[in-house]
Amino acid sequence: MSKLRIATTSLAGCFGCHMSFLDMDEQLLELLKDVEFNRSPLTDIKQVGPCDIGLIEGGVCNADNVHVLREFRKQCRILIAVGACAINGGVPAMRNHYTLTECLEESYLYNPGLDQPLMPNDPELPLLLDKVHPIHDIVQVDYFLPGCPPTPEAFLQVLGAILQGREPSLPQALIHYD
Amino acid sequence: MTDTAPNLRRIAIDPVTRVEGHGKITLLQDEQLQIREARFHIVEFRGFEKFIQGRPFREVPFFVQRLCGICPVSHQLAAAKAVDQLVGVDTLTPTALKLRRLLHFGQILQSHALHFFHLSSPDFLFGFGSDVAKRNIVGVLEQYPELGMKGVKLRKYGQQIIAAISGKRVHGMATIPGGMNKPLTEDERRQLLAGIEDAIGWCVDAVALNEHIHTTHAAHRSFATLRSNFLGMTGCRGELEFYHGGLRACSADRTTLFDQLDYRNYNDVLREEVRPWSYMKFPFLRDLGRDIGWYRVGPLARINLCDFIPTPLAEDARLRFRAFAGGDYLHDTLAYHWARMIEALHCAESIRELLQDTEITGTELAAGHGTLRNEGIGVIEAPRGTLFHHYRIDDDGLISQANLIVSTTSNNQAMNESIRAVASSHLDGNELTEGLLNHLEVAVRAYDPCLSCATHALGKMPLQLELLAADGSVTQRLYRHADGSYERLSA
Ligand code: SF4
Repeated sequence: MSKLRIATTSLAGCFGCHMSFLDMDEQLLELLKDVEFNRSPLTDIKQVGPCDIGLIEGGVCNADNVHVLREFRKQCRILIAVGACAINGGVPAMRNHYTLTECLEESYLYNPGLDQPLMPNDPELPLLLDKVHPIHDIVQVDYFLPGCPPTPEAFLQVLGAILQGREPSLPQALIHYD
Repeated sequence: MTDTAPNLRRIAIDPVTRVEGHGKITLLQDEQLQIREARFHIVEFRGFEKFIQGRPFREVPFFVQRLCGICPVSHQLAAAKAVDQLVGVDTLTPTALKLRRLLHFGQILQSHALHFFHLSSPDFLFGFGSDVAKRNIVGVLEQYPELGMKGVKLRKYGQQIIAAISGKRVHGMATIPGGMNKPLTEDERRQLLAGIEDAIGWCVDAVALNEHIHTTHAAHRSFATLRSNFLGMTGCRGELEFYHGGLRACSADRTTLFDQLDYRNYNDVLREEVRPWSYMKFPFLRDLGRDIGWYRVGPLARINLCDFIPTPLAEDARLRFRAFAGGDYLHDTLAYHWARMIEALHCAESIRELLQDTEITGTELAAGHGTLRNEGIGVIEAPRGTLFHHYRIDDDGLISQANLIVSTTSNNQAMNESIRAVASSHLDGNELTEGLLNHLEVAVRAYDPCLSCATHALGKMPLQLELLAADGSVTQRLYRHADGSYERLSA
């Protein structure tokens, strides 16, 4: 059996989902017998290549995120939304209650301790989206792995099922949180 | 490209990998292959300081830890310290204080282990310009399984401490206003204690490895190195301290700028500069001013600044570090790793001490609340450096203002200086290869920037090239537009 090729990325996420993936600890070694990593924050591969599975942490908050997400969709046979942020925007989507201008002004004009309040206004600044979006607003998603973050067991079960060609399905205990 | 623009080639390292979060490096190289500009950018904006407004203060520690999944505990604790002040609690119960300290030692231990073993060790084991396919933790586990597994297990141990106290490894709930949520059971204490000797042993080995790497590679001393001011917290006796103490700042030549400063007065000594071309703020020491007031924080700063470490093995390691530095501070950027492992050892030793303390399983966890106050400031030494959380609430207990200075922001100027140093020492005059470009990332990784944290209010740094006349005045200004074209603007 050839190894499953996995790519991972963090969009508007906190990296906690990636941490939880690493929290499989020694079982990571077992997993490495069956999978290999393509683009991921843990490798130095910067461009995603053809993959079996793409794990996406975080929602979509700027044009870069949209671009990376579309690349992942193009290259990955199975795309998985990992964690609350990818599934519904999560904590970063709390900014959706305010306008982007209000958020920017708070940080650069009103914050205490500023040397000289000043609004960054360069044409190079990233194209921020008005709202933070869940990833299924942009691309088709094959599976949703809930949690903030999902547990290492949940990752293992989903990957295990795909490895064996089964439909992933998680028991209640693994999708029940806090 | 506009027809007035010179022939500069833009090269981007995007994303910067084996760091936590989202960042990129951009370079401008001219026709003679000289690097004309090198910049390190944070590529997201979150707007936390705004959207937290109007929320009840009790929620804050749990929102704010979701800025960063690598050091969520540090954010939770810095916020909790601010919340303690909001509810009028100045002194925690002894057990609550010990549990918080234990939790934070677990956090620093797991983060430091992750940082060295999972993210940075491939550069040192395989070489900065080695095969990109192998230069990662999987490569380490294949070729150096024993060493790689030590890293995996050390990180696991730190995570187990966190899980025992907060219920989950990532984003648990440990704190309550003025105290802690749940006691540590005797069973949990015993289980954790059973693993501590191994953990201390792995840390001793990690210190030895890093000491060896740094002291036997002459080239490492000058790599990305700069002289800087340092800022950090120390305990009341001048000892290394992560949870609570006063602020100390010293200049590059070891002159004390201030010491034991109450961190609630941080606004008197720190300022943040906004530059028109960047979302990323640049903090500096107010008395020294914008130009020379930038400073470094984190393991290198803390080990340089502290007078001693209150656990024996880590103190021995610190003395060797000090001896190597001679009469000076150790300014070597790559010595961050060595300092980081000394701190990991101190965490492991401190965890043993706390787990052997009978008070750790006490059940008095909450102090009675005083009168509600309108302002709270919590500061902590997070794995990457001094972390400031500052909140104001209205009379209904809703957040009206928030200010965060995350550790990585304090190292912003230093990271940029370091990649410029590497660009001129290693890249100038060369056709840029993947391996050469990784040298820039090696410099950034030394700081262990937590770009997840840093995005809370930061955005992508744009590219601006300034040509200066001999008197330092700007003669030309070049912008790169979002579509990649360049434009020359009058100064
Ligand atoms: S789901 Fe939770 S752990 Fe995952 S990126 Fe979002 S905040 Fe972090």
